[in-house]
Amino acid sequence: MSDIIDTRQEFTQDFDHDAHHDVQPDRGIVRWLLTTNHKDIGTLYLWFSFLMLLIGGSLALVIRTELFEPGLQFIEPAFFNQMTTNHGLIMVFGAIMPAFVGLANWLLPMMVGAPDMALPRMNNLSFWILPFAFGLLISTLFMEGGGPNFGWTFYAPLSTTYAPDTVTYFILSIHMMGASSIMGSINIIATILNMRAPGMTLMKMPLFVWTWLITAYLLLAVMPVLAGLVTMMLFDIHFGTSFFNAAGGGDPVMFQHIFWFFGHPEVYIMILPAFGIVSQIIPTFARKPLFGYDSMVYATASIAFLSFTVWAHHMFTVGMPLAGQLFFMYATLLIAVPTGVKVFNWVSTMWRGAMTFETPMLFSIAFVVLFTIGGFSGLMLAIAPADYQYHDTYFVVAHFHYVLVPGALFSIIAAVYYWLPKWCGRMYDESLGKLHFWLSFIGVNVTFFPQHFSGLAGMPRRIPDYALQFADFNMVSSIGAFVFGFSQLLFLYVVIKTIKSGEPATGRVWEGAHGLEWTLPSPAPYHTFTHPPRVVDAEAHS
Amino acid sequence: MGKPAGNPTTTTTRTRNAKITWRLSLMVVGMFGFGFALVPLYDLLCEVTGLGGKTGGAYAYEPANTRPDTTRLISVNFTTNTNAGMPWEFWAENGGMRVHPGELRQMNFFMRNTTRRRMIAQAVPSVVPARAAEYFHKTECFCFEQQVLEPGELLEMPMRFIIDRRLPKNVQSVSLSYELFDVTYLEADDLVAGHEGHQE
Repeated sequence: MSDIIDTRQEFTQDFDHDAHHDVQPDRGIVRWLLTTNHKDIGTLYLWFSFLMLLIGGSLALVIRTELFEPGLQFIEPAFFNQMTTNHGLIMVFGAIMPAFVGLANWLLPMMVGAPDMALPRMNNLSFWILPFAFGLLISTLFMEGGGPNFGWTFYAPLSTTYAPDTVTYFILSIHMMGASSIMGSINIIATILNMRAPGMTLMKMPLFVWTWLITAYLLLAVMPVLAGLVTMMLFDIHFGTSFFNAAGGGDPVMFQHIFWFFGHPEVYIMILPAFGIVSQIIPTFARKPLFGYDSMVYATASIAFLSFTVWAHHMFTVGMPLAGQLFFMYATLLIAVPTGVKVFNWVSTMWRGAMTFETPMLFSIAFVVLFTIGGFSGLMLAIAPADYQYHDTYFVVAHFHYVLVPGALFSIIAAVYYWLPKWCGRMYDESLGKLHFWLSFIGVNVTFFPQHFSGLAGMPRRIPDYALQFADFNMVSSIGAFVFGFSQLLFLYVVIKTIKSGEPATGRVWEGAHGLEWTLPSPAPYHTFTHPPRVVDAEAHS
Repeated sequence: MGKPAGNPTTTTTRTRNAKITWRLSLMVVGMFGFGFALVPLYDLLCEVTGLGGKTGGAYAYEPANTRPDTTRLISVNFTTNTNAGMPWEFWAENGGMRVHPGELRQMNFFMRNTTRRRMIAQAVPSVVPARAAEYFHKTECFCFEQQVLEPGELLEMPMRFIIDRRLPKNVQSVSLSYELFDVTYLEADDLVAGHEGHQE
């Protein structure tokens, strides 16, 4: 492993298209509608999630515009509520999750040496459900009575007794997103467990594969619970049941318990693949193997397991016996241990490495630093007695945006920069990539760091107007949001420029890159590994 | 998990994929069912622990077990509220009383339909502190059923209760709160359907 830039033989079988597997994609729209190719479907997922990022981001900018100054300037409070709700839903279910699934589609088969996903037709279906699900959700914003306005957590009875009529469309779209995620997860598990090339044992898999395997199991465990929850809502609204209706013997607090039984594993669904991505990128640019591979795998599994035991830390203030508060507090604090192991391993991987700072590495280092800040504010929120002050304030907003934006989103951007040359065979413009990084890095911190302070000072979340003492923090936050938002258009430009006119990339792309995908030529041919490759140690994990 | 197989075109890989797909689908169905199983589990947990101040159903009165504990006096407070949009008047005859544990007592509650239409109401009880909930027994309560009141009608409702002698020693005061909900709409679909049928 010491000789990183050796001239190790690349696998060459079946790369030329004159060989027997010369099936080429259809032309035009039909290719994308009917494709069962994992690379095509990965591309569809990634572009779709980018579109959702722009839509969800636009809603965020509407929110930040209204909050630029105290008082009501631009939009009605009722519309503001629809903006916060749909921003959350679109970013969680439309941007972050499909982007990870897109990366899984592109990369998992190439990383484990498989010719495609295990269930290619289901793969097509799980993607094409999504545009309809989100078309339906977004269309409610233009309907009479407006779209969902009860927060992305859609607590009952706000989302049942007091919901706008469009809530039924919302329920249907959640069902569709759930079905898509479940099919995607089954596909990913089947691919990882059944399709690995000979010699690719579980403990030799790249960490991105490992984290996705565990994430897929989390999805299968909790998406059906979410489906059950919205089904109960549907019955309460239309069929006279009283799951969450106190008047009929139901309990609104039960809604919160079931929601967060789904919701807490869901937040790990949005971060575990990110852990996998940075565990691929950091060793490449530190030119050292990943420190503590085994402990990374076990830490990921521990986090996934613990995520089922901590849900009520989202609802300390509903009234809980002391024993319950203590249990959920300690269980939550316990998650810091495996997470700390991970951060330690990333730092140790960089320690005394021959580091260079290309754009993917910059985003990954920012991930480690800023995700850790989000983790620390999470520890503050986990302390039950202190949580009573932070609950439902901007401190919570700052916390989860730190783990989701410079956390999950930065890892996705890092992944795109890292693997884009492999996908399209061309290098991105390094200076523009770095410019994009610095604008994003500064923008994200200017946006979300002040929200810690306004939250600790008592500013509640999900309100269109606020007391005067929060004015300065909010103005800074809004300026940062516009910088961050518009710098993503630069990202779009960089990607398009790369595809159209980037310099040709080599097969290995990065001198420190290891893994089966780097043994393929760039761009990766339409069909790869139609015969399983021989897995050598140098190309196994990290 | 066995040995990795690789090529998807081979029959073994296809069979293995089908097998794992069915197994995982079973897991999905199971978790969907588990989501619904959480409802009775939650109710059971609340009943056992008194979580959320939920009180039980009608209590069977056994005179043998209800010798009052005259060494203790518990102050019992009653509060009545109407839910948002519920126009009825709802009050207790008295704001509170002092009772011995084990003693059967009665408090009268009243509700009046102040509107010009027939309405249905449901009162939902809650006890504070929550750990006293399982020791608050009601032998008769209007909250066990719904109340249907004609316009302007006034209803007097006796509520009989016993504080269990096993009530923890450090609880000296118990509050019973009733929230009154308008549940006319739960019946409204039937009424509307019947009404339409009548017109035809």
